[in-house]
Amino acid sequence: MGSESGAPLLEVREVTKSFGAVAAVQGVSFELYGGEAHALLGENGAGKSTIVKMLAGVHRPDSGDVVVEGAPQTFAGPADARDAGISIIYQEPSLFPDLSVAENIFVGRLPLLAGRRLDRAGMVRRSTEIFARLGVALDPTRPARGLSVADQQLVEIAKALSLNAKVLVMDEPTAALTNVEVDRLFEVIATLRRGGAAVLFISHRLEEVFASCQRVTIMRDGRLVRTATIDEVTVEDIIRSMVGRDLEQLFPKTETTPREVVLDVQGLSSEGVFVDVDLQVRAGEIVALAGLVGAGRTEVARAVFGIDRRTAGTVRLLGKELPNGRPRKAMAAGMALVPEDRRQQGLVMDMPIDQNVALASLNELSRVGLILRSRETRLATEWARRLQLKFGRMRGPVSTLSGGNQQKVVLGKWLARAPRLLIIDEPTRGIDVGTKAEVHRILDELVAGGMAVLMISSELPEVLGMADRVLVLCEGRVTGDFTRAEADEDSIMRAAAGLSATGAA
Amino acid sequence: MTTAVQQPPAPTPAAESRWLVAARSRELGIAALIVLVFLVTTAYNHDFARPHSIQQLLTGASLIALLGVGETMVIVTRNVDLSVGSTLGLSAYVVGDLFKHQHIPVWSGFVIGVLVGLLIGTVNGFVIAVLRVPSLVVTLAMLYVVRGIDSLIVNGQTIDPDAIPNAFTAVGYKDVLGIPWLAVIVALIVAFFGYAMRSFRSNRDLYAIGSNPAAAELAGIPAGRRVFTAFVISGLLSGLAGALFLSLHAQIDNSGGSGYELNVVAAVVVGGVAIFGGSGTVVGAALGAVLLNTIDQALVASRISSFWSEAIAGGLLIAAIAADRALSLRTARSLRRREGAHREL
Amino acid sequence: MSSETVVRPSDATAPDGSRSGRSGRLRGLLRWETGLLVLLVLVVVFGASTSSDFLTRSTLFYLGINIGYVAIMALPMTLVIMTGEIDLSVASMLGLSGSTVGLLWHHGWSMWPAMGVALLVGLVGGALNGLLVAKVGLPSIAVTIGSLALFRGIAEIMLGSLVVPGLGDRQFPAGLTSIGVSPVVGTPLAWGFVVFLVLALVCGVLLHMTPLGRSLVAMGLQPEAAQFAGIRVALIKFWLYVATGVLSAFAGIIYTLQVSSVSYNAGTGLELNVVAIVLFGGVSIFGGRGTLPGVVLAVLILGSLQMALTQRQVDPNVQNVVTGVLLLLSVVVPSGGEALRRLRARSRHPRKNRPSTAQPTSSPA
Repeated sequence: MGSESGAPLLEVREVTKSFGAVAAVQGVSFELYGGEAHALLGENGAGKSTIVKMLAGVHRPDSGDVVVEGAPQTFAGPADARDAGISIIYQEPSLFPDLSVAENIFVGRLPLLAGRRLDRAGMVRRSTEIFARLGVALDPTRPARGLSVADQQLVEIAKALSLNAKVLVMDEPTAALTNVEVDRLFEVIATLRRGGAAVLFISHRLEEVFASCQRVTIMRDGRLVRTATIDEVTVEDIIRSMVGRDLEQLFPKTETTPREVVLDVQGLSSEGVFVDVDLQVRAGEIVALAGLVGAGRTEVARAVFGIDRRTAGTVRLLGKELPNGRPRKAMAAGMALVPEDRRQQGLVMDMPIDQNVALASLNELSRVGLILRSRETRLATEWARRLQLKFGRMRGPVSTLSGGNQQKVVLGKWLARAPRLLIIDEPTRGIDVGTKAEVHRILDELVAGGMAVLMISSELPEVLGMADRVLVLCEGRVTGDFTRAEADEDSIMRAAAGLSATGAA
Repeated sequence: MTTAVQQPPAPTPAAESRWLVAARSRELGIAALIVLVFLVTTAYNHDFARPHSIQQLLTGASLIALLGVGETMVIVTRNVDLSVGSTLGLSAYVVGDLFKHQHIPVWSGFVIGVLVGLLIGTVNGFVIAVLRVPSLVVTLAMLYVVRGIDSLIVNGQTIDPDAIPNAFTAVGYKDVLGIPWLAVIVALIVAFFGYAMRSFRSNRDLYAIGSNPAAAELAGIPAGRRVFTAFVISGLLSGLAGALFLSLHAQIDNSGGSGYELNVVAAVVVGGVAIFGGSGTVVGAALGAVLLNTIDQALVASRISSFWSEAIAGGLLIAAIAADRALSLRTARSLRRREGAHREL
Repeated sequence: MSSETVVRPSDATAPDGSRSGRSGRLRGLLRWETGLLVLLVLVVVFGASTSSDFLTRSTLFYLGINIGYVAIMALPMTLVIMTGEIDLSVASMLGLSGSTVGLLWHHGWSMWPAMGVALLVGLVGGALNGLLVAKVGLPSIAVTIGSLALFRGIAEIMLGSLVVPGLGDRQFPAGLTSIGVSPVVGTPLAWGFVVFLVLALVCGVLLHMTPLGRSLVAMGLQPEAAQFAGIRVALIKFWLYVATGVLSAFAGIIYTLQVSSVSYNAGTGLELNVVAIVLFGGVSIFGGRGTLPGVVLAVLILGSLQMALTQRQVDPNVQNVVTGVLLLLSVVVPSGGEALRRLRARSRHPRKNRPSTAQPTSSPA
């Protein structure tokens, strides 16, 4: 941290930003010095994203300044922020599928030759150089369509590198990366720091923060709580500052005795995605499906539920075989799926809360083919109460809710059908710490009540804390099968990396 | 190392050739199809290969190909311009009317045609890019508005050939080295925009905008300005097409160019421009126009009733997008397999 | 947690909100449908002020004759657009259906079986669209431009330059063609128009009160989420296209009987009128938003306007200007306000001098 001396590279000075009546950020200040990796922490809705968007030139502060190297800036748009030396890597890679990888890296400032012609060869050459620095073998001339999420993220990082940015803002860059890729990303961050750049790092994974950052700034409800060096704080300190209170127990887990088999999957395959997956889930247990992103976990869930067609294998629910590719039949048999992507798959964002809750139960809410609005509202109100949903208006669009409460609406939609099996994909992704615990408590209660739960999660603490059994998938094959007692971080990671097959084939 | 997806052959930075191959395949396919239709028809009716017949082929495709240039630029940005036919009609009539009543000089006919188109394109661009109204709705409305204004001006009249200067209509019927002037002009425009769409930054931006609008915004691409420009160019070229329409037909009433909009979209899509933006070339669109016109004329030449032409054009359009779909599905599947096979830890 | 009720910033500024949901719909009704209602009254007043013949039974009858068959196609089109798709082949199907009737009549068939076959043709054509859009997953705008040409082309192949029935040929049964000259008994309304009203009621209930209708809305707003909720998106779309095909064929039969003759090019270009009516009625081209009453009002407004202008002897082509302007206003007025807000916001934060420390963006990595 010796390089932090001198003037800051970037200062956020007393910045305030409101949207309508909602104050998203109020009087927040912090500095970034050259050579430091600085974590910006806070629950969802704490105002981190608003800060990022102001640095990116997407939003303008209502008052206060963004200061780069001592000069206050007014960004009229993303291009201005980029020209000022600020580069953003967003949580979701946003590439242009139709353009080549190289064009994706240089888009918006494509290099030109004489006569304002595009310098394609130069573009490819420089892309190759950057990929070499990153130690990856991506072909710059291939189209971006079809790249894996991790590769897409790498292209985004290459884009930032190509800018030689002084300030690099990373908004949850690791959400979609495997541990190996995360390690490599940290190496890149270290290299950038050594080169004198400042990195602003946003992540929900605190262990990553401790591994790579020198200072943290914590926000809550749009305000600054504190800025501290990393050795001044503990995980508990940070969580307390983010939430504003102590969290009792992170993973409530009631001991239950598993009963009859609810879901029985045999030899499930989908060409090129996963092969010969066997799995069973009993009433009263949570089976976690662990593995790296891209190992095929979500695809297994989709095939079990019938969103995608399987190419081989059988799926039985309570002994009854389910037809291929028919979600409705799976639902009728007692299956529910809370998908990975809440905003695209879980909810109809512009529909009211009550209609979202009712969406999977429309026929049950109808008489002579007409939806009874009163029953619909009653159903939604009931589940809002049981799940302690915090909402403004039941008939307001669900998009106005926070991420955690949106997840509760998805849960309510499926629990309203009283399913026997709940498949839940990344139950707490992008949810703040407080609501996370609530979701875990709900899952625990459900299982205690005799439901079978198949949980897909990329967060090891969640897997270890919640699951009765852990199945590990690697490259579309089951490479590990652990009981709660057997499962630990090391064995799961080894299985996920395909290193040793402790359990099943 | 899960990320290092190794392409089986080591990636050589032979970007140009790769890109050309990808870009060429579609255009080559259509060109081959054109040749095939041509040869088959010629085998049946030798007159089809006569210079005059070929000239007709080129002339007939020219206007749709010209409209297709602007339409391609617009569709690539994930928009659509349905007002091109009406714009052509209005421009043609205004020019004709000025010839008849004001006796304007020949060259100014083209300038005025372009100006009329420019005006309409600017209105389209303003409402779509500044007011951010969906282009399908705006240009559908403009289709009616412009056609209506046309009818108001026309007021039931027709401009007859004797009102149009010969020097002006010469463009429509004279040729250079056997190639009709009209086709030469359009080919030059297609070539220019074909080059520009490949090599100018602002035009590459159009592909980026259509490929991922949100990301384009974040990348600092002035999307509004680019889309605005695309509509202005589409309008401008439609206006020019109006003047050329007049020089070709030498007469005009209030129905010139009606229904062209769907023909143009069809030609562009057959030519390989993705209807949801992001990919496709001007040259492909032009070839699409030539193909549809060649089929049209081939039906006449083979003495199959020309009544068949529309059905065949429709079937071809559907076949083209279905084939595209099958191709992209196959590519995606093989990509997935390769990724599965070559992923190493 | 106290912060839970915080409204997401990005959503708090969402322009003019959604028109779904009861209270939302109520507000929507207050905005768009109310506006249309006021406009309808204005049009009627305008019509009455220009011609003493306007407020008569015959105006109402001819309004139905002129717009009934177009309006029938607007109903399934509304449902299709609600799901975020489009069908541009409706007018060609109208022509193809009429041509089928004509061809069979020409070959000595009697009317009822010929009409049955025409409906069957509508079913097959709609199924073709549905198959390509819903099952194969092709973009509907491209598919239906293709089938627009295909259907019209088949009609052209069938009839060529023939007009059926020709001079001196067997004429269509007078009992059936009387729908073009006499109203439904006991009312001043044309048959086609009554059919439209009945179908509008059915579609309205379907769209706004049934699980299927709710599914359509969900599909239009977020197709993936609809699929994950167990809605059979592809299947529903398929049947919507089939229904569109059949109803367009039905509209073709009504049109054929009304004019008591048919040529292959009947109804050419009408597809854009149909789309214009639906959009003018407040249905979003992106799907998921809009109401059926809005579309019915749009039909009534454009129908009465047409009558009023015709009675003033305004060129039908000029009437297009009015259609176009109305359509344009219907989208520009709401987004114009939004754009104005944006511009004002921008002028409050003028683009200051660019930072002098800007990186040279093209330095090699």
